[in-house]
Formats: sequence, C-alpha cells, structure tokens
Amino acid sequence: MSDRIPGFSTLAIHAGAQPDPSTGARVTPIYQTTSFVFDDVDHAASLFGLQAFGNIYTRITNPTTAVLEERVAALEGGTAALAVASGHSAQLLAFHTMMTPGDNIVAANKLYGGSINQLNHSFKSFGWEVKWADANDPESFAALIDDRTRAIFIESLANPGGVVVDLEAISKVAKAHNVPLVVDNTLATPYLCRPIEHGADIVLHSLTKFMGGHGNSMGGVIVDGGSYDWSSTDRYPMLSKPRPEYSGMVLHETFGNFAFAIACRVLGLRDLGPAISPMNSFMILTGIETLPLRMQRHSDNALKVAQHLAGHDKVAWVSYAGLPSDANHERQQKYMPKGAGAVFTFGVKGGYEAGVALVSNCQILSHLANIGDTRSLIIHPASTTHRQLTDEQKTAAGAGPDVVRLSIGLEDAEDIIADLDQALASV
Amino acid sequence: MSEKAVSEPQHDTYPDSYIRAILDDVKTIAMVGASPNTVRPSYFVLKYMLSKGYEVFPINPGHAGKEILGQTVYASLADVPSPIDMVDIFRNSDAALAVTQEALQLSPLPKVIWMQLSVTNEEAAKLAEAAGVRVVMNRCPKIEYGRLSGEIGWTGVNSRTLSAKRPALKGGFQHRGLRKD
Ligand SMILES: Cc1ncc(COP(=O)(O)O)c(C=O)c1O
Repeated sequence: MSDRIPGFSTLAIHAGAQPDPSTGARVTPIYQTTSFVFDDVDHAASLFGLQAFGNIYTRITNPTTAVLEERVAALEGGTAALAVASGHSAQLLAFHTMMTPGDNIVAANKLYGGSINQLNHSFKSFGWEVKWADANDPESFAALIDDRTRAIFIESLANPGGVVVDLEAISKVAKAHNVPLVVDNTLATPYLCRPIEHGADIVLHSLTKFMGGHGNSMGGVIVDGGSYDWSSTDRYPMLSKPRPEYSGMVLHETFGNFAFAIACRVLGLRDLGPAISPMNSFMILTGIETLPLRMQRHSDNALKVAQHLAGHDKVAWVSYAGLPSDANHERQQKYMPKGAGAVFTFGVKGGYEAGVALVSNCQILSHLANIGDTRSLIIHPASTTHRQLTDEQKTAAGAGPDVVRLSIGLEDAEDIIADLDQALASV
Repeated sequence: MSEKAVSEPQHDTYPDSYIRAILDDVKTIAMVGASPNTVRPSYFVLKYMLSKGYEVFPINPGHAGKEILGQTVYASLADVPSPIDMVDIFRNSDAALAVTQEALQLSPLPKVIWMQLSVTNEEAAKLAEAAGVRVVMNRCPKIEYGRLSGEIGWTGVNSRTLSAKRPALKGGFQHRGLRKD
C-alpha cells in the first residue's frame, strides 16, 4: 500500500474495513455473537490483561463494531474511538472516565434538550455538577472554571438553535486552564466540521442521526483526539493512576495517545455496559459510506427550504446559519463552509395553534421527535418535547409557542417546499 | 514511496512502508529495560512480540540470569549469545545515547535501533544512521505491528491504513500477521 493520505470520501468507505480475514467477505460481516473462543488459557490471560489485541465478549469489543469505531476515528482525525448503544451513553461513558463526585463540567447553555436533562438531573446523582456558560461567549466558560472542573462540553452546531460555536476561542480557554474540550459533533458530522482540527480533545456523536442517516439504528461514539495530557495533573485517576481493576496498570502510560478511548472501554463500557448491537453497527457503517453525499444534499436542500421560508408571508423568522443574514453565518463559513447542516427552526405566524396545525397538515414531512433521517422531519416542540414547561421556560429553551423545528431530508427540495407551502396555506 | 524517503526518514512522521520493512526484516530483538512486572508496558511488548514469532532477548542487569516469559535475561547487549537484528530501548531519552553507543559496538551491527514511545535522542539517531543502522524513535513496535496488521483496529484504534486485500492470518483464532505464514 502506498503512503498517500486518503481523502474523506475514501475513508468513509474504507477506513477500518479490510476484507474479512477468514472468509474474504468484502462487506464487513455482522458478527452477531456474544463471545469469542480463546486459543488457549495463556491467550485468554493476555486478552483479559489487555496485553493482546482481540475479542472476548461483545459488551467490550466486537469485530463489526470495531470497524465502525475505526471508521469514525479516521473521519474525525482521532487516534481511536469507542462505539456504544446511543449518543447519551457515549456522553455518560466519556464523563465517567473524567469525573469523580464533586467535580464539575462547564457546559454550553445551547445543547440538545436531552443532554441538558442528563447533565442537570441524572449526573447530579453521581455527584457530578454542571455549570452553564453562554454558548456565544467563550469568556463566560473561563469565568466558570474552577479547580474541580474536569471538562468543557459544547455542541459544534447546537440542536436545534443552529448556534455555531467558536471552537477555536473555546479551545483556547480550555488549553489556558488545562481542561479537556469535549465536543458533540452530531449535527455537523465530520463531513461538515472536524472539531479536533480546531482544538477539541474528545468528540462525541449520536450515531443515531446523520452518521447512520437512515433513521433505523441507535448508536453513539466517543472519539479520542489523542491530544490531552491526562498525566499532567492528578485530576484523572482513571488514566494516570494504577488501576486496581487491572492489577495496578496505568492506562495513560500503557496506551499513550489512545488511552482515553481504552479507559472508556475497559473501565466504563465494561462495567456500566451500554454496548451497541453488532447489527446496529452494521447499519450505521453502511450509512456512513454515503455520508459525504448525504450531508451535502441535506445541507443544500436545507438552504433551499430556509431561503423559501424566509420569504414566506406566514413565517415570522428563520434561524439557519446557512442564510447570509443569520447571526451565525460568519462562524458557519469558518467552521463548516461546505454547508450548515439539515436542522433549523423557524417561527410560524399565529403562535401555538398555527404550529400545531402546520405539523398536522404535512403530507411528506413526518411529525416525529428525531433528526438526521433521509426523510424530512418536522416537530412543534411546544406541543411535544417541551410540553411540560411553562411558557417562559419554553421561550428560554428556544421552544416558544411559535417555534417549528425541521430536519430536512434527501427528497427533492421542490417537494419539501411544496408540502410546507400547502401545510402553511391552511394555518 | 521514493527511495530517498527510505534512506532519510523524518523522525516525526515515518512512512508506513519504512516501519513495515523494519518489522518484516527483523527476526531477533534485544529489549533494553525489559521488566518482569506483568503490568509494565515493556512486559506487554515483550509478550506481544514473542507471540508474533520474534525472538526477544530481555536486557536488564537487575534481573540477569533470571527469565521473563521463558526468555533468559542478560545484563547487557554484549552478553547476548546470538546476533541482534533490532535493539528496542525501554529507557529514558537520556539513557538512549549510551545504549545506542553500546549497540554500535556489537558485531554484527544491529539493523535497527528502535526507541519506545516518548523516547527520543537525536544524537543517538545520528550516530546510528552514520553507521548505516536504521532508526525509529518515539514509537512502540507492538502498536506499529498491531496497526499494520490491522489487529489494533479490534480495539477501535485508528490504524491509519486502508486495504482491499484480505489480511494475513497467523496460527490461532485471533492473530493477524504482516505477511502470510
Ligand atoms: C446533538 C445531540 N446529542 C446527543 C443526542 C443523544 O443521542 P441518542 O438519542 O442517540 O442517545 C442527540 C439526540 O437527539 C442529539 O441531537
């Protein structure tokens, strides 16, 4: 093989996926098995002791899932990755590797609502605190960091507000305070934005969305950027201290610049258990092969729809970073110049009732709570995902009564526009 | 890859073909700083390279005459009774110079001086290269072998290699090699 560095589309198809060594199967087989036989007792001991590469049990590694992991690591420019059952479990395992009770995360206030819940409520019962910074103001992160801060957490392109964060400015803050920067890159995908190139240390995804891309499989991934020095302080004992789970092994010393991914696997996934099914890994891998084509089409379609809605007399406002008039457009041009992705919000004139009528009237756009499908999706958060909140809370969360969220699919843009037009006509 | 790149490696970015040629070429490895402690990185590497069919001579004066993984430990490179193809240095960067000087006294000369992850010594590298000995610094042969054979991908590590060829298998259920054997 030559020493040429392959391009993104080549990696999307080939990274991690040599033909199957035992059968020659060209497409990665679905290794739908819980366990793998050992050569002998010594081989088993080497595997359990992390001294050899190989498979023991699908909760920890699986050959189909391994291809997915290497694929995503290659696309993000990371040293290694760990695929898990969902985006939320990726977040759980990544933070579990960094946090002890009393530690805190400084997080952007513009995150997917489910992540805000996870940090605000579920993580509290582990004794992990969260402090909310202004996603638009890097200095607000610096002001909140203290000696118990173990990570900064942001979304590169925030769901659903369309905020493009200033990755390089926030990475500067992270480096100045020697805190790792964790970036959820779900909405942008590495096709549009590669956060590690802008200073991220760890990248997370819900693979459920655009990476899989077909709305058929849950999955999540943790990508190790290989850039953070876990042994520079005593703050990350899972990486820098001898581990009783492995007879006193020090993971950072042993695994170097991919130690974080290993720690998430052999301490987090092994003990907490949210493994992805090999079948889902296979589905997501197949999706990733067309990621560059799909993300470009998603973005191109979304721009056409956003432009159309911006000129529609029943639409009060459109928030899409791809529109030159948008507050986030300049940062979009810097961090994701190929496109602004598929997801955006707009305000329908007539408030709550108009929003409810609009989603009910759609014939091609599906009314459901997901993003990142080949199909175009629509939701009215105030009447669904954010229903339990007060009006003030809804507005603060970007889910005011008039807000409608779209995830634009891969259909003909003209058909998506025509469906929205007919649905808006009778609100 | 050009011939020039083979003869003048850049020590921060080795082409895969350079590393692969070394791992293909070498049969015997003297590991300076080998540890009998089963959770030390040097023990991992020794065990792994043995499993891939290399003959490995542990060098550690504190344990001379004892065995690690069935291999006799020697006090120094000069004590090893057979030719050494590669000297793998598991010592700190400063110590790497003296080890390299010792290695360059051997007859026959080793083909390769390999310094482990985080170990670099430019002066040692220059000396070795001037004697026609290939040098690798700040790399781990276990990681490189795992990367180029594709085994390391089983742990989700980015091997940075692509291939449409069926990987070479070694004996046993979960062993890949660099070539068919
Ligand atoms: C940006 C973002 N991060 C994380 C998640 C959670 O992922 P999952 O639903 O796969 O657990 C989502 C899901 O909507 C998301 O949009």
